[in-house]
Amino acid sequence: MSTETDTTDFEFDESAVRRKRRLGKAFLGLCVAATMVGIVALVALLVDVIVEAWGWLTWEFLTYPPSQVVEHYNPANYGDLPTGPGGMYPMIVGSIYLIVMTAVFTLVLGVGAAIYLEEYAPDNTLTRFIEANITNLAGVPSIVYGLLGLAVFVRALQTGQSLIAGALTLTLLILPIVIVSSQESLRAVPDSMRQASYGAGATKWQTIRNVVLPEAIPGIMTGIILALSRAIGETAPILMVGAATTMFAPPQLTDPTGPFGAMPMQIFEWAKLPEDEFQHVAAAGIVVLLTILLLMNAVAIYIRNRYDPRS
Amino acid sequence: MTANGGGPRTVSTSESSRSGSEFESDRSVSDEAPLGGPDASETILESRDLDVFYGDEQALQSISMEIPEQQVTALIGPSGCGKSTFLRSINRMNDLIDVARVEGDLRFHGKNVYDEDVDPVALRRKIGMVFQKPNPFPKSIFENVAYGLRVQGKDDGDVEGKVRTALERAALLDEVEDQLDSSGLDLSGGQQQRLCIARAIAPDPEVILMDEPASALDPVATSKIEDLVEELAEEYTVVIVTHNMQQAARISDKTAVFLTGGRLVEFDNTNKIFENPENERVEDYITGKFG
Repeated sequence: MSTETDTTDFEFDESAVRRKRRLGKAFLGLCVAATMVGIVALVALLVDVIVEAWGWLTWEFLTYPPSQVVEHYNPANYGDLPTGPGGMYPMIVGSIYLIVMTAVFTLVLGVGAAIYLEEYAPDNTLTRFIEANITNLAGVPSIVYGLLGLAVFVRALQTGQSLIAGALTLTLLILPIVIVSSQESLRAVPDSMRQASYGAGATKWQTIRNVVLPEAIPGIMTGIILALSRAIGETAPILMVGAATTMFAPPQLTDPTGPFGAMPMQIFEWAKLPEDEFQHVAAAGIVVLLTILLLMNAVAIYIRNRYDPRS
Repeated sequence: MTANGGGPRTVSTSESSRSGSEFESDRSVSDEAPLGGPDASETILESRDLDVFYGDEQALQSISMEIPEQQVTALIGPSGCGKSTFLRSINRMNDLIDVARVEGDLRFHGKNVYDEDVDPVALRRKIGMVFQKPNPFPKSIFENVAYGLRVQGKDDGDVEGKVRTALERAALLDEVEDQLDSSGLDLSGGQQQRLCIARAIAPDPEVILMDEPASALDPVATSKIEDLVEELAEEYTVVIVTHNMQQAARISDKTAVFLTGGRLVEFDNTNKIFENPENERVEDYITGKFG
């Protein structure tokens, strides 16, 4: 604003303003630095892994079973191998199969529980107690779920060290996260939508089915996929229920009670081996795992944008 | 306040449309009945000593009134006087609030809607509702209007015809005829509210409850809604909450004045309420001395 009028009774105390502004700038710098630390660390890690995997990540790596001989992984040797190159094909299939089963269980149990808690359960002490404890369960270390899976599924329910035991254990692990995020999506559906539906003579079920769920589905799906992309990288729980460290044939798709392996297990196994070259193989495995993970996240973002009825 | 020329204004809206149909259906009225008088029309809704509580707080105190069929009944009063609560107790929308509790009778066609054998969902299929803020679903215009038909299982016949009729009656068809498949959320506020009215009348209820349907709209959209309300009363019973007294005077046949504390202070023909109220506090409220 211009100050054509008498300026004497308006004090331009610039020093005070400047001091505050400096403080603001310092705070901004702190925040930028905090952001950068995360990004730089992530980029450094990615670059390191990709450089390490460069030249080792081939189509054969994706389509052949692993080998105990490190030379089999080196593309330079592919021509003169008696058996065929080494890869991680069985683990990729195992991981995908594991995650698909986990997704099915999680969808049914997680969304079901969220709908009950959000739409049906009375607002009383018991409900609040249950909700608080679901939130607490989200913070339990994954190894504990592994032990639980070992005791409940492998031993008590006699599933053996099987794919289904792994999938159920991973389901338990991400269930609290999925319930909480699904509840939030349901809660975000405006109450006016429910009222409009009831006012039009809909029953509770019709309201949930036709109005609440369609509004909440993008949020619910995003939550589930992000939780699944956490589950696909988990090693500790499936280690506890007895996932194989190495498999030479993919798990039987028709037999979920058979043995299984998964990418993180194989990567861990490779990383443990003494030969230097195996570090390259492990890095190649990591790149594959990360790619699948990023793809899942991309799908989550796509669903959120595509199916949001308000966009 | 608009001048009504002193005469009972019910003549213009309700009587003309009904002449010749007396006694032919249960909705008809007699020619001999005094126009706009207490017995001008059959009672469709009757409240007897209705109390509503929210937790320990009493929102309505012993409300007794009779709402006539096929007329516009306005509920007016200052904020927090319980007029919306009364409206929502008619179709049991208050059931959705955990702490709400109702005592006394609210009779629809003589049957207490709070009897144990009354299903609130079935009740709401007879008594449609339009809310304060336009709340169309994030669906197409067509599906918004068809929603009531679908959930009520009335979508087996000519859904398109019913949807078009409802849009026509809601004075919206001309504006949206070419875009029935586009989202209801793309409409303007006033159009959205008329869409909500179309949604409410599509399944052909008997009563339409309106909770300040124009309070979120601009004056042009408001006047469209008002015209619509008068037309709707030719076929439906309309109960409308408003805190705009001019609006009540313009569109209603009967007016109920609620004052603070959840009490119904006066209920009479709209002309009488606005020209010669019995109660002093009603007069003060109407003339803008408080509220």
